[in-house]
Amino acid sequence: MKTYDLSELALRNLRESSLRNSLTTIGISVGVASLVAMLSLGIGLQKLATRHLAKSGLFDTVVVTSRRDPRGFSRDDEQRSTASAAESRTLDEPARQEIERLPDVLEAYPDIRFITELNYQDKPHLTMVSGIPDSARSNDAFTGIPGSFFSSETAPEVILQKSFALELLGKTPPPGQEDDIPVNELAKPLLGRELTMRYAQRVSAPSTTGDPAVAKSSASSAPTQPSSDEGYSVISREQKLKVVGISDLDPDSMRGAARARVFLPLRLAQDLRVMQPSDVRDSMRGFSKQPSYSTISVRVKNPKQVEAVEQAIKKLGFNTFSILDATRSLRQFFAVLDLFLGIFGSLALTVASIGIVNTLVMAILERRREIGIMKAIGASDSDVKKLFFAEAGAMGLLGGVVGVALGWAIGHIINLGTNIYLKRQALPPETFWSVPWWLVGAAIVFAFIVSLVSGLYPAARAARLDPVQALRYE
Amino acid sequence: MTVDSSRPNRQNGASAIRIVDLCRHYQMGEALIRAVDGVSLEVQPGEFVALLGSSGSGKSSLLNLIAGLDRPTSGAVIVEDHDLSKLSREELAKHRLRTVGMVFQSFNLVSRMTLAENVDLPLRFAEMDRGQRQTLTRQALERVGLGSRMTHRPSELSGGEQQRAALARALINQPKLLLADEPTGNLDSRTGTEIMDFIREFNQSLGMTIVMVTHERALAERYAQRMIFLADGKLVDDRANDEKQHRE
Repeated sequence: MKTYDLSELALRNLRESSLRNSLTTIGISVGVASLVAMLSLGIGLQKLATRHLAKSGLFDTVVVTSRRDPRGFSRDDEQRSTASAAESRTLDEPARQEIERLPDVLEAYPDIRFITELNYQDKPHLTMVSGIPDSARSNDAFTGIPGSFFSSETAPEVILQKSFALELLGKTPPPGQEDDIPVNELAKPLLGRELTMRYAQRVSAPSTTGDPAVAKSSASSAPTQPSSDEGYSVISREQKLKVVGISDLDPDSMRGAARARVFLPLRLAQDLRVMQPSDVRDSMRGFSKQPSYSTISVRVKNPKQVEAVEQAIKKLGFNTFSILDATRSLRQFFAVLDLFLGIFGSLALTVASIGIVNTLVMAILERRREIGIMKAIGASDSDVKKLFFAEAGAMGLLGGVVGVALGWAIGHIINLGTNIYLKRQALPPETFWSVPWWLVGAAIVFAFIVSLVSGLYPAARAARLDPVQALRYE
Repeated sequence: MTVDSSRPNRQNGASAIRIVDLCRHYQMGEALIRAVDGVSLEVQPGEFVALLGSSGSGKSSLLNLIAGLDRPTSGAVIVEDHDLSKLSREELAKHRLRTVGMVFQSFNLVSRMTLAENVDLPLRFAEMDRGQRQTLTRQALERVGLGSRMTHRPSELSGGEQQRAALARALINQPKLLLADEPTGNLDSRTGTEIMDFIREFNQSLGMTIVMVTHERALAERYAQRMIFLADGKLVDDRANDEKQHRE
């Protein structure tokens, strides 16, 4: 029998017992809806988590540390660092330049962070300050903020994090209610105002054993050569800084700048030569008079190249860490979550598939004589089988389409309800639920296949009917 | 087995139906039912044969075996040179579709379908295009005088009209063999005559071989060229219809 004849007969048969077939189709719809709602919730939560990580703009970033750094990112790194600490390299300016020359690397910049004191209207405020590269001007955290990004890479300007701006203005809202105060309101009294930053500057000291010129020469010719003769002084300095912008970036969301509440142009931060915690460690080990960096952030052209760049940097003798490493375990977690949600969602579909079997078996009993007639006038076993398959498939297809729509609506309602709750808790709205196109297609195809499988037994039973017996049936 | 020597003269060439020592036995609990028990006969192309006998004599069982709806316990049914006992289920379905047209006592139309859809059904199984199907269906229904009732459902028609529709359906694939199982059993005598006139017309104008099961001897004598009598599954008499020849 031709496909369109088969479809036409199947639809006509379904219409004849419309109530029973509609109820079966609703059963499939509910099954598919629960599956779609469960999976869309899983996918939505995964997207939410990834979105929050992506907001930091560091999916394309590799963080590089020296193998001498005892704070390894993994056990392997720790073991390797112990084994090769002696011959490992210092993370200094030449190393930074070498990393920057690697293929697919956009830029490599040191992470400069330090805790210092900022005076505003003669009141001291202790906080973490972080250097921000010029490339961060396109970052989510700095686009559309009140004020502007730094006018140049060395401008004596600062961008304040919202909580620090609140602190400067003496506003201390109860915890969790900072979001109620708009950033623009904070920007008005602070933009253009001046802060004074007090910091400890590292100044290279002349050699204690000879002519300063000799020491300078030896430092430039062999910067990584250990030289216990070299030293540096720490001098207290002050720097006037103008407030140019206020950002409501979550202080914990940006690697490198984590927990910093005041941002400086990176070049300015470097030029200030602020004493870094690593300086003390390096001087105790007597590695170099050249300042070394605790970490370097490497921006890669495309997140896909992160792994290759990580490998290349490791070959240079450094430890690396990328957010992709963290998301790998996150992806694994969500894969398991999706699997469980999918299994629970499928339970309803399994029940629905039993409904299909029941409906079709009932249809065989009712249409026994009709099957006999069809066989008597020339229908083959496969014609009868295909007809029942087509009926099961049509119910599955229709149930799948309605189910996806229902699942979408359920997900939408869950999202709406959760956001109403979040709003009451003074939390920002979020999208917890997502129905990607592949899920729409996969759910419909899945419902169709499940229905066909459910139709296997009834179809085979109908095809096996003895026409002589069937024709006697009243 | 009694075989009358006055059977119509055999035409030269292959028989339309050749049955050799055919048996169809059923096990009903402890009892063995011999529905057809060692029947042998031949039917020539274009012949109009009536199978007569009382209830339970095995007429319908024999007809079902010729139709390929049932399989013999032993023996052979050869229709148009095909031994049905050796055909697969799919091949038997093709035999019913292409070679045989069937008419039943209870019409056996699908009640949920219109007349046109009922008549059209074998053509769907034959995978014919929709346009061609529609033309053939209309022609078949017009031939039996139901051209104006195409969209009616069987329940909206009289018994005679339903049987005419069943005849149209049996003829739609232009089979060589028409098998009729008590075609007038559910009809009054006037309507029954009308149906039998149609069957005779198909036999005469289309050269179709007819095997008709009936328990009405008068009807057989009026229309059939040959009468075969069955009793307890056995062929007890096979003779030419002299009365019909005489009348003609």
